[in-house]
Amino acid sequence: MRYAETGYTLEVDLTRGNVERVETDPKETELLLGGQGIAAKILFDRIPQGMDPLSPENLLIFSTGLLHGTPVPACNRTVVNTISPQTGLMAHSLMGGFFGPELKHAGYDRIVITGKAPDLVYLWIHNDKVEIRDATHLRGKGARETAKLIEEELNNQYIQVAAIGLAGENRVFTASIEHGFSSAARGPGPVMGDKRLKAIAIRGTKDVYVAKPEELFKMCIDLRKKMAESKDVGDWMASDEDDSFHHNHFAWGNARTRQKTYWSAELQQRWTDWKYDHMDRQAGCYNCPKQCINVISWPGYERFGYKCYGKDTYHMAAFKELDYSYEILGTALEYGVDSYSTPQAAAFAVELYEAGILTDEDLPDFPSDSGERIRYLLEKIVRREGIGDYLADGVYRAARRIGKGAEKYDHNTTKKFEQLPIKLGKLNPPYFLMIATGEKMAITQIEGSFPQDPLPTMKEREEFVEKWRVVIPDEKFAKYFLEWEKRHDISDEASCNITDWNEAMHYLDDSIGFCGFCSSFRGQFGGGVVYHINNMPEIVSLATGMDFDKDKLWKTFQRIRNLVRAVNVKRGMRRKDERPPEDHWAVRDEESEQRLLDIYYGFKGWTRDGIPTKETLDSLDLGFVSEDFLKSGILTGDETIASPEAPAEKDEEQKSGGR
Amino acid sequence: MKKKVRRIRVNLDKCNGCRACEMACSAFHATPRYSSVNPSRSRIRVVTDILNDEYVPIRATDYTKAQCDGRRVYTINGKDYSECSFCGSICPARDLFKDPDSGLPLKCDMCESDPPQDEPLCVQACSLDALTYEEVEEEIEEEIKRSEVELGLQSLVDRYGLVEIRDIVTRMAHRD
Repeated sequence: MRYAETGYTLEVDLTRGNVERVETDPKETELLLGGQGIAAKILFDRIPQGMDPLSPENLLIFSTGLLHGTPVPACNRTVVNTISPQTGLMAHSLMGGFFGPELKHAGYDRIVITGKAPDLVYLWIHNDKVEIRDATHLRGKGARETAKLIEEELNNQYIQVAAIGLAGENRVFTASIEHGFSSAARGPGPVMGDKRLKAIAIRGTKDVYVAKPEELFKMCIDLRKKMAESKDVGDWMASDEDDSFHHNHFAWGNARTRQKTYWSAELQQRWTDWKYDHMDRQAGCYNCPKQCINVISWPGYERFGYKCYGKDTYHMAAFKELDYSYEILGTALEYGVDSYSTPQAAAFAVELYEAGILTDEDLPDFPSDSGERIRYLLEKIVRREGIGDYLADGVYRAARRIGKGAEKYDHNTTKKFEQLPIKLGKLNPPYFLMIATGEKMAITQIEGSFPQDPLPTMKEREEFVEKWRVVIPDEKFAKYFLEWEKRHDISDEASCNITDWNEAMHYLDDSIGFCGFCSSFRGQFGGGVVYHINNMPEIVSLATGMDFDKDKLWKTFQRIRNLVRAVNVKRGMRRKDERPPEDHWAVRDEESEQRLLDIYYGFKGWTRDGIPTKETLDSLDLGFVSEDFLKSGILTGDETIASPEAPAEKDEEQKSGGR
Repeated sequence: MKKKVRRIRVNLDKCNGCRACEMACSAFHATPRYSSVNPSRSRIRVVTDILNDEYVPIRATDYTKAQCDGRRVYTINGKDYSECSFCGSICPARDLFKDPDSGLPLKCDMCESDPPQDEPLCVQACSLDALTYEEVEEEIEEEIKRSEVELGLQSLVDRYGLVEIRDIVTRMAHRD
């Protein structure tokens, strides 16, 4: 009997049209939980050395979290992993909604897709019956429109659909996979398009069992109640109309221009009216009482939903107001593009045009209005038309393809990926480590448990810590926070531990299926998250029947963390790729940053080049990784862990990550 | 005579579409209790159409062999709702409220159990108060149960008149 998980993987080969239901090993669950953990192992095992991400051999993996489909609330984030054509590295992508739980009820923990269909198809999974169906009639259709058409075609209104729009079909690197009002961005969209897989439709009517029914259910009733009542979980941005934080502090345009006094009471009132005059509802995801998604009916446009900072990116790229985003979001979501990186790619082109690097020849009939320009570029990007073909590869690659000095305007990418447009003064050491070494590409997927800034008075700090104590892994974090006076002034030891804890919660969330708004992302704001390292072990144990305690779960995080790194090291990622954007902070000190990086690598059991040593891998039951690394020469077995005192190794020819 | 009526109020405006009600219903009705979750075994379903902003939790009521002849479409605040969106019937027109293994109808029993629940499980799971539970006393007419034969005879009497029926019954009684 398998509890919480189904024990099966659905293997789909689109080249041969083959579908198989494969039983999995429960030992793997105990080692890697599920979701991203097991997906990382599949990618490590099966992606051939040096593979082109846009080749049929690439794998596209849709995973459920370990606890999807159990009574555990806010456990619904589907993980989509592949090798990203934009970064050449493991794509980390998540979406909320209902897809993962439905997949589990259909009897599968994950779908592993390989190959490439001869023409556009969609996958229809109805429990044991799986069909690869023609989708040529859906070519060019919007993502939600596709879902609706498939629903009608299958005459089943209870299906859950994940689909790509025009952008994914055209293998736009910033394309997303869309499901309801949720999106999976950062990599898998173009791979789905490359495989000519327009959509996946699922209807599942099987039971998901849990090991300790009464105790778990009772616990979940309490958790849900706490979640519903707490202001410390969920997306506060869904109902906080004061969005001065993003508008005054984040950079506009091509992550360039700060408008520190932009926000005003008059503006807030205008935007609040726009929103509430057109908002139908605040919706949620499967089995979660929070209401993070604002559903908007903007006249003349299809209804759309957004959450978080997603409402700001288009108008901030275009120097417009909220109504501009409302006008473009519905369209952009139908095209299926990531609302974080796509507007940046467009704003980057506007800068190049103004600098004379792109000309009227590259941008025929380019409008003069800043809003019209972003819209023009969006249309070009999703069709890969003209300059849009360059921009569709993301800012880093577009800059290099355009040349003529365009590289200088690519100032906000790390590991070839667009970062949030944050430009600050003094360096925050844990943030340096997170942005440099993070492999989930967006800081929102890395930060979150430890606050971003110190609180001014000891009294405020003590009050915060009082509430926070339940969720911290160790008393030392309380000490770090109580002693923290200035953002840039924090010990190396604290920086390493903070980075580690922040990452730990995301790696656990993304394998178990918890939503970061109730867990990993949210602790920094308010300190009262519902899921944390101190209660996760019990929840996982009750649901799965496997005994987890805090130490074992922490070790599981370390195992998954190192496995993800191993996938990327195998793809060529090295120390030289681990650099935050040069202008992320105004005040930089290369020497002390590199020293901190050495300390952190050492703390993690990695070499000076950021590769986990044989000892580190073996101690985490990752012997298959060290074996592979020794065989391929990535490791010799004699490596020592990094330390700032160790003599610098000879400069070796280092390959940069990915293609 | 007074009778206790149990009622679930549904506030469509408060529903966030999370389907926790389905989760809880299926867990409660699992054997052993809470041992499994399966929304397709639930006796409540949130009928959802996100593009139409439609979220309607409906409760399984009675089994019916035939589907309706034609349906109405209601427009409420500019949004279209099919009649089915409000209907709890377990009918051949849809794959809903039927046990996925046996196909047998699954009818809401308001979570009757021993010991009794304070509220049906779907209501307990709904933290947004889209579903709320109330017990009200209603005055009902005292009903005298009539047999099927009597009901049949009554309809004949209504149609042909008491005298004719009486005469026929008398004649039949004396035929031998």
